Amino acid sequence: MGRAILLDKVNIPGIRAFEVYREHGGYKPVDKGLLEMTPAQVQQEVIKSGLRGRGGAGFPTGLKWSFLDRKSGKPRYLVCNADESEPGTFKDRYLMEKLPHLLIEGLILSSYALGVKTCYIYIRGEFKYLVGVLENAIREAKQHSYLGEKILGTDFSLEIYVHPGAGAYICGEETALLESLEGKRGNPRIKPPFPAYKGLYDCPTVVNNVETLAAIAPIVSMGGDAYAKIGSGKSTGTKLISACGNINKPGVYEIEMGLPVEDFIYSEEYCGGISNGRMLKAVIPGGSSVPILPADLILNTAKGQPRLLTYESLSEGEFESGSMLGSGGFIVFDEDACIVRNTWNLTRFYRHESCGQCSPCREGTGWMEKVLYRIEHGKGRMSDINLLVRIAKNIEGNTICPLGDAAAWPVASAIRHFRGEFEFHVEHPEVIKSIKHVAIKME
Amino acid sequence: MKNKVNHHLFVRENKTVSFSDETLEKVRSLIRRYPEGRQKSAILPILHIAQEELGGYLSVDTMDYVASLLNLNPMEVYEVATFYSMFYLETMGKYVLEVCHTGPCAICGGEEVLHHIKDYLHIETGETTPDGMFTLKEVECLGACGNGPSMQINTEFYEHLTSRQVEKVIEDLRQNSEEGSSKGWAEQFS
Ligand SMILES: Cc1cc2nc3c(=O)[nH]c(=O)nc-3n(C[C@H](O)[C@H](O)[C@H](O)COP(=O)(O)O)c2cc1C
Ligand code: SF4
Ligand code: FES
Repeated sequence: MGRAILLDKVNIPGIRAFEVYREHGGYKPVDKGLLEMTPAQVQQEVIKSGLRGRGGAGFPTGLKWSFLDRKSGKPRYLVCNADESEPGTFKDRYLMEKLPHLLIEGLILSSYALGVKTCYIYIRGEFKYLVGVLENAIREAKQHSYLGEKILGTDFSLEIYVHPGAGAYICGEETALLESLEGKRGNPRIKPPFPAYKGLYDCPTVVNNVETLAAIAPIVSMGGDAYAKIGSGKSTGTKLISACGNINKPGVYEIEMGLPVEDFIYSEEYCGGISNGRMLKAVIPGGSSVPILPADLILNTAKGQPRLLTYESLSEGEFESGSMLGSGGFIVFDEDACIVRNTWNLTRFYRHESCGQCSPCREGTGWMEKVLYRIEHGKGRMSDINLLVRIAKNIEGNTICPLGDAAAWPVASAIRHFRGEFEFHVEHPEVIKSIKHVAIKME
Repeated sequence: MKNKVNHHLFVRENKTVSFSDETLEKVRSLIRRYPEGRQKSAILPILHIAQEELGGYLSVDTMDYVASLLNLNPMEVYEVATFYSMFYLETMGKYVLEVCHTGPCAICGGEEVLHHIKDYLHIETGETTPDGMFTLKEVECLGACGNGPSMQINTEFYEHLTSRQVEKVIEDLRQNSEEGSSKGWAEQFS
């Protein structure tokens, strides 16, 4: 495997600069798209490619684009979601830092296809230094007539602006992001109406993830059919996986979809195995919001087939025995990791990040955190475990945005697969209290 | 003595605050990035600049000033400033240590690092050292999980932390207290 479509140029010295980028074939796809193809043809290639949104939900990008209201007569917007705040996910940061022009190419081609004249990159405020990197790439592209008025002498004009957030995970949710971009608190909107009809400033809007947009130039370059041949089944193309936790080689890897999880974890090309020769205990394969799977179920499905890095294979078995590809944030736990502690930790995250609009999410995340804290600190009761399951169930599906589900799934799945560990915490408070979870280790 | 954070939501200093001419120019060009009548959109970038250039936190005076620049009701600015975790509503130490305490960092030694900082600076989360140099904050995932444990100090990333490295970072900042971070907010925008 090891097929690089997005990251093929990543190791070229100085590739962040426009000149170097272009010397290595950069902006050729933009020339091709703008000079040889109609907007509809560009969109057609994206539809054919089978590309699915890389922000987490995996929604087909071409289909999303086809929903965009083109009849309203209002300006249309493209918003790049660079809010990347899902624990375990750090691929968009890597992509923007290493190959800012790949994103700019994608934004130009996508805007051309969608008939967009203004595009905003909403980037999380913590990535302040990347604001400068992107602004610089935009300035360079503009100097070379790839942005601004009448690009490459065509009738197509485009401005791209970088817009920083200011610390709020919820602003990654597309309607919260739009609220935030309008200068408000990041409270998700009730859908419908969908952004394709009423998005930014009540105008038709497409929101796409950084990695999704970065795939557009390669797709235009090789053609949608060729892209669709890469990968496996309905998981076409390559995916960036950001791997972290107890592995030898954390980092961002581009994989061809279909790579077996086992190869990804153990081969030298990728994670290089579990650190310190320990055993694999569990993996959260798609960012903190997706269900955790124990070692046996992440390596093989319940039916005994090897688990692959595809949307389909990772969700095989549904919630009973499966998970999701999500954002590709691959978090690995070794045998020493405490699942209860980790579940409490992640629930604290969701409690902190809940925008507070819906009571099931606002109250439920708070209750779950309190109960988990109690269990983790040796003060839990046996009935707490089912209480957690009940709270999670009551949040799921009863909220305005999917953050509620994202908070419920990790708790429900941790209990489903590691109930014994929760029970042990309740039954042996003395052991739990005496384990010093926090050992000061000086190198 | 430790300076415990005060829990007044807002601090009014009754001072006149204003940006330099150069910054004002930048602020105006930021506002022009959004359509006519949508100047409110510029609120986050401008609050970042304001916090950085006007005292390290957002006082009521600063927020009112930003409201006047954007032609907004001050309440609209307070509403936003209280929603986002990067905005500080009270005075902070010169260096704000924002240590990630989320899962992926926690399982890679983040908890040890956090405890070590507390021991080393003799402060708890939310407190500032008596000399006003360091404030400790715990934050959620910084998008640097592969290089964890990680923290930010005044939006600068520090990664692959160990207890010893944290001591070094703190001592370096103490020694060289003028050592600024890289480019400021206003300079990020072209
Ligand atoms: C709580 C929450 C947080 C999200 N965070 C992000 C994010 O940081 N980046 C992202 O691209 N999508 C995020 N999403 C998904 C977006 O709502 C949206 O589906 C995505 O940006 C669409 O882009 P895509 O189709 O290219 O994947 C989040 C969704 C939810 C519910
Ligand atoms: S589910 Fe949670 S985060 Fe989403 S709108 Fe409701 S309260 Fe806000
Ligand atoms: S968990 Fe610490 S940076 Fe992501």
